[in-house]
Amino acid sequence: MAVSRSPGTPALEQPIVITAFPSSAFDIRKSIRLGLIAGLILVLISAMGLVESFDDRMLIDPILSLGYVLLFLVPLLVGHIAGRLPPLLEGMPAPEHRPRDVLGGLVSGTVASILLALLVIATPVFDLRTLFINLSPTLVGLLTLNQGLASGLLLLVAIGATLGTIGSALHLLPDKWRSALVKSVTWVLGIALLQDLVLQLLRGLGLSFASRLIFTVTGGLSIPATVLIFGILLGAQLSIKTKGESLATRFARLPDSRKRRTLYAAGVLLLVVIVVLPQIVGPYISEVLDLVGLFLLMGFGLNIVVGLAGLLDLGYVAFFAVGAYTMAVLVSPSSPGFAPQLTFWLALPFVVGTAALAGILVGLPVLRMRGDYLAIVTLGFGEIARLLAQSDWLKPFLGGAQGILRIPNIPVGPIELHTPPQLFYPIAAFVALAAYTSWRLQDSRIGRAWMAMREDEDVAEAMGINIVTTKLLAFVIGAILAGFSGAIFAMKIGSVFPHSFNLIFSLTVLVIIIVGGLGSLRGVALGALVIVGLPELLREFNEFRFLFYGIILVVMMRLKPEGLLPRARRAREITEEERAQDVGMPVTATAADPGGT
Amino acid sequence: MNRKFFLFGGLIVAALALGACGAPAFECDDAIGCVDIEPGAPVKIAVLQVIAGELTSLGLDQVRGVEIAVDEIGGEIQGHPIELVVEDEGCSAEGGTTAAQKVVADPQVIGIVGTSCSGAGVPASQIMSEAGLVMISGSNTSPRLTSSPLGVTKGEAWQAGYFRTAHNDEVQGAGAANFVFNELGLTKAASIHDGDPYTEGLVTVFNREFEAFGGEIVATTAINKGDTDMRPVLTSISAAGTELIFFPLFQPEGDFIVFQSAEIAGLEDVVLMGADGLLADTYVESVGEEGIGTYYSGPETPTGSIYDDFLAAHQEKYGEAPIQSFHAHSHDAGAILFAAIDKVAVLDDDGTLHIGRQALRDAMYATSNFQGITGSLTCDEFGDCAGQLIQVFLLDDPAAGISGLRNNAVFSCAAPCK
Amino acid sequence: MAALVDTLRERAVRFSLLSFLLWIVRIGAVALAVWGTLVTLSSGVFTAAQWKDFLIFGLAQGSVYALIALGYSMVYGVLRFINFAHGEVFMSGSMIGFFVADSMAQSGFWDSSPIAALGIVLLASMTTSTLLAVILERIAYRPLRDSPRLVPLITSLGMSFALQNIFRGLFGAGIKTYPVSPLLDGFITLGGINLIHKSQALVIGTALIFMLGLYLFVERTKTGKAMRAVAEDKEIASLMGIDVDRIIVITFAVGGLLAGVAGVLYAQVFRQVNFFTGFIPGIKAFTAAVLGGVGNIVGAMLGGLVLGLVESFGPSIVLAGLGIPSPHQLKDAVAFVVLVLVLIFRPSGILGERLSREKA
Repeated sequence: MAVSRSPGTPALEQPIVITAFPSSAFDIRKSIRLGLIAGLILVLISAMGLVESFDDRMLIDPILSLGYVLLFLVPLLVGHIAGRLPPLLEGMPAPEHRPRDVLGGLVSGTVASILLALLVIATPVFDLRTLFINLSPTLVGLLTLNQGLASGLLLLVAIGATLGTIGSALHLLPDKWRSALVKSVTWVLGIALLQDLVLQLLRGLGLSFASRLIFTVTGGLSIPATVLIFGILLGAQLSIKTKGESLATRFARLPDSRKRRTLYAAGVLLLVVIVVLPQIVGPYISEVLDLVGLFLLMGFGLNIVVGLAGLLDLGYVAFFAVGAYTMAVLVSPSSPGFAPQLTFWLALPFVVGTAALAGILVGLPVLRMRGDYLAIVTLGFGEIARLLAQSDWLKPFLGGAQGILRIPNIPVGPIELHTPPQLFYPIAAFVALAAYTSWRLQDSRIGRAWMAMREDEDVAEAMGINIVTTKLLAFVIGAILAGFSGAIFAMKIGSVFPHSFNLIFSLTVLVIIIVGGLGSLRGVALGALVIVGLPELLREFNEFRFLFYGIILVVMMRLKPEGLLPRARRAREITEEERAQDVGMPVTATAADPGGT
Repeated sequence: MNRKFFLFGGLIVAALALGACGAPAFECDDAIGCVDIEPGAPVKIAVLQVIAGELTSLGLDQVRGVEIAVDEIGGEIQGHPIELVVEDEGCSAEGGTTAAQKVVADPQVIGIVGTSCSGAGVPASQIMSEAGLVMISGSNTSPRLTSSPLGVTKGEAWQAGYFRTAHNDEVQGAGAANFVFNELGLTKAASIHDGDPYTEGLVTVFNREFEAFGGEIVATTAINKGDTDMRPVLTSISAAGTELIFFPLFQPEGDFIVFQSAEIAGLEDVVLMGADGLLADTYVESVGEEGIGTYYSGPETPTGSIYDDFLAAHQEKYGEAPIQSFHAHSHDAGAILFAAIDKVAVLDDDGTLHIGRQALRDAMYATSNFQGITGSLTCDEFGDCAGQLIQVFLLDDPAAGISGLRNNAVFSCAAPCK
Repeated sequence: MAALVDTLRERAVRFSLLSFLLWIVRIGAVALAVWGTLVTLSSGVFTAAQWKDFLIFGLAQGSVYALIALGYSMVYGVLRFINFAHGEVFMSGSMIGFFVADSMAQSGFWDSSPIAALGIVLLASMTTSTLLAVILERIAYRPLRDSPRLVPLITSLGMSFALQNIFRGLFGAGIKTYPVSPLLDGFITLGGINLIHKSQALVIGTALIFMLGLYLFVERTKTGKAMRAVAEDKEIASLMGIDVDRIIVITFAVGGLLAGVAGVLYAQVFRQVNFFTGFIPGIKAFTAAVLGGVGNIVGAMLGGLVLGLVESFGPSIVLAGLGIPSPHQLKDAVAFVVLVLVLIFRPSGILGERLSREKA
């Protein structure tokens, strides 16, 4: 699956002479190769039990389950790829598609489904189930569409061929129709997939009766609803005229006085949304938002350490754990050693203190380490924190494996914040504080010192930046933000256990800031939503969550290595670099390598 | 477009209202409300287990136990199909919280089977209790979730509507100590846990009770999950001069203890004893000949062939033997819940099923002598439903697999086993 | 001018304060270690034979770490990024090896000709791991070669998760136990004393052989030279006519091959494999590689052995002597503390920075 570079390359000013010219998309060897890859993917998802376990999840009741969608998506996509004309040059429009090009999709789809059919035939013959435990009779039934072996397999291959053909035939449609069709199908499937989210939203908006109309009792979109939604979406897509300018450009054109007013209005609107949001979306979505908020808080902290100061920290969870345990010990009546039973607000200054101390403790020994040495040492600190919390040695103070229970709620005046929608507010407040701090620090003197240090430590030092305090400050501020997050986490869960503070936790925060766009605050926010929020909403994927998580990480990094919303300055650097490359590129080399990157 | 939509919606609402008037009305007089299940709609049961990440086998095994329990009653309760909503609880407090919030957000869910881990069970049981559900776990063993001392004082994290079929650590730890001191007649023991609340809890109780009997704990230590080299630990224990090692671990760490203790000088005559975390077919097959002569505490083995039937159904359905040890407890947890629902559910003339939430809790607390594959189960007022008997099994014929081991009980005592 | 002098003096003071603190940390750590060891020694808990055992355990465990670390270190030396998926490459070999070994055990071939059987398992494992490493390079790393260094780190993490779950889906989550090879059952004895378990001897021996082989490969062959050139500077290397892509693929292949060997050896010592087997040894191997000095082959070996020894001696001797309960639980903590201390003393590991620089 070759992925070509994003089409955002700026137009070239000089004309370029093209020396090689592929005449058609149909290339039998390429189509077979693509078909084989797709076939292997089909075999893999079947043998891994994905098809069978997702067959219970109806998307369109009763005709289409998630399992079949996965199965059908592969030949459709490969057909689409096989039918794509090789780009002549990055950013240049491809030549016209011709009906003959559809053959590529047909071949790919057929080859892919034949491979799957071979698996079905081989399963009983070689008793493959002793090796691949998921090749059950049920799966064979599903793959042969319960039509018996011979006719079922023929049907399977026929469907594969048809889907492949459809995939490549999409190229023949006018752009507008194609995009409307693809978008509408995606939306319908998305709504069906996010059924829980839709249900919660409908309930929150007082439209519970509507959910009965859209979804069936056994789960999944009903057929009339599917047709209706698809029709509305398609109609809307086709009738809407694309607007010429983005909001940002229109905003930039406004006079200054109106700019400010618009900003204020947007701020007020945002505030209103934040206040109303948890009430509308209900407890479960609020719970997810709470989690996103906690990770966001940590994301802002780690963004300072890694994004601004360039100190790769793989043990960030240590500070989170320090915050959580400090809070738990200080507020819980059943804290085993020392139990002053403070309130949340009284304990908060101590959290700041211990987190800052932990930041210094970690920061001091690693002052002279760089890059990956730093990474592994911080990873070690993260593990040490968890192991100490879990140890029998500190059990008299931290509860060991049994953790600390009975952490009371957060008191605000006469009320105690307990339910997820209530907890949303303090979390939102802390996130806002962290965002504001990060934003102010970014362009402050210390922020520039961090960035200078990130670019070149020796030069920065020569320019008079005090490396010791600058580094320690980054660690301390990062630690305090993580400490806050940990403290709220402890209050929210009501108990702390050492097992929560594992390596995956640190890695998740790192993934958030990199996927979002290192150094960009908006990016971190989007990253937290995508990395923490989305998997929670897609709990259908349950036991396969980490599989998709992993694949999505790889795909996302390949498509957008600079992150989803990179920092403006960085983004500029990258495009400029690309332009420079494109201009200086020998043309023949590109034509000879049609696969793109 | 919009007007049409509302018109359509209005019609449906009217139709529903008419329908409701037509049928003989069911009066819900339950203290914490009822669940009404429309004709054709499923009886929704949430299953909270750890099914992703490194501890997958612990949870997946239990999900399968519940699924087989569903199959055994024909997949339905009074004409309504049972739908299991499986959620990952991640074996962590935060995972348990999120999963439980998701479950209680759906008012159609009646009860929860789970969680896998006590750490997830603590917050999850609080959330489900406040929402009026019932929850029954097959592998939470922490005394704090029910009672400690057993049957006397409410545990720190006790919640109304919380049940479990796994043995309270208080019982199993005492049973194991009782066996070692009184039956084997040993006075020096060492114990190993792996930092998991289950193993740490068992070791704590074992140590306490063993010393209460008059024995001496010469060494107690811990390893970590994921450790592979147990030789240094075993050498240290060997140097302390013990007669028995109590290692209530899971696979694979338990296997390593058995394999590697054979290589340590001074441990040749030391008795090895594990707990129900190792009562798994994969474990018996894995340790094989090297496991001969080792003991395991665990729940009572039922008479007759119901456990063997379970194993056969498992092999058929999943293509492998049970991958962990708590499938049996989890199967029984599901079975108790389904039986209680069946008992309290009221079927209307139009096919709607009504279930009173408090009535369901009461029915669960009233469970007595339920015949499960972990013995005869009776729930006490704190939610402990595990069988009355703790048995100790001797591994003498690994070829006979897990059912051979579970049929070779050499000791049994009734709770509290002191 | 005076201001400059002041700043300099100020900085000197601050740095000496820092070094002072670091020295306290160093001396304190050493003092604690010595104190703990002395207490354990004087209490006389362990016999001489047990001391020897701790040494052997440490060396055997360390050799497994070292074998994985060699692959890590090579990839790091050439591409300079942490390949989290390397642990899964190791696991894949061990897993496929299990199925081969198991089928041979069932047919009786495993016991009738153990040497050939072990060879076949080794071959299967090496092939799997090598293939997987090369595929990984192709789909997850090559397209990102010019991205910032954190990007391939994230894809390697993604591949690590994905591979674990693919293996779990295909082969189940259950634990798979290798059959015992009759060759490796029992101890090598010397005058009636059990010297070392045969499987451990095999691991230590093989690790040494492969380390030597790898060292010769990198130092003496033309491909090895090209590898070092690529590690030094990819662009210059390609200008000198080296096919950088090919060299990187070879690096991954050799790393995978070693991981495959480690997978089989691991299975001989610990006898079990499941989908999660690779993760922790992967992290440990990375620690070992850094401890020894990343990119340095002898360093990786040394780092692995040191790590193994620390894990073996640290908790039983030092922590127990300090009176800490359940010391073995803190085994990894001790290992990481040692790592920190070593890096404070030598910020780039025991054996310097990287392969290419020692030549310079």
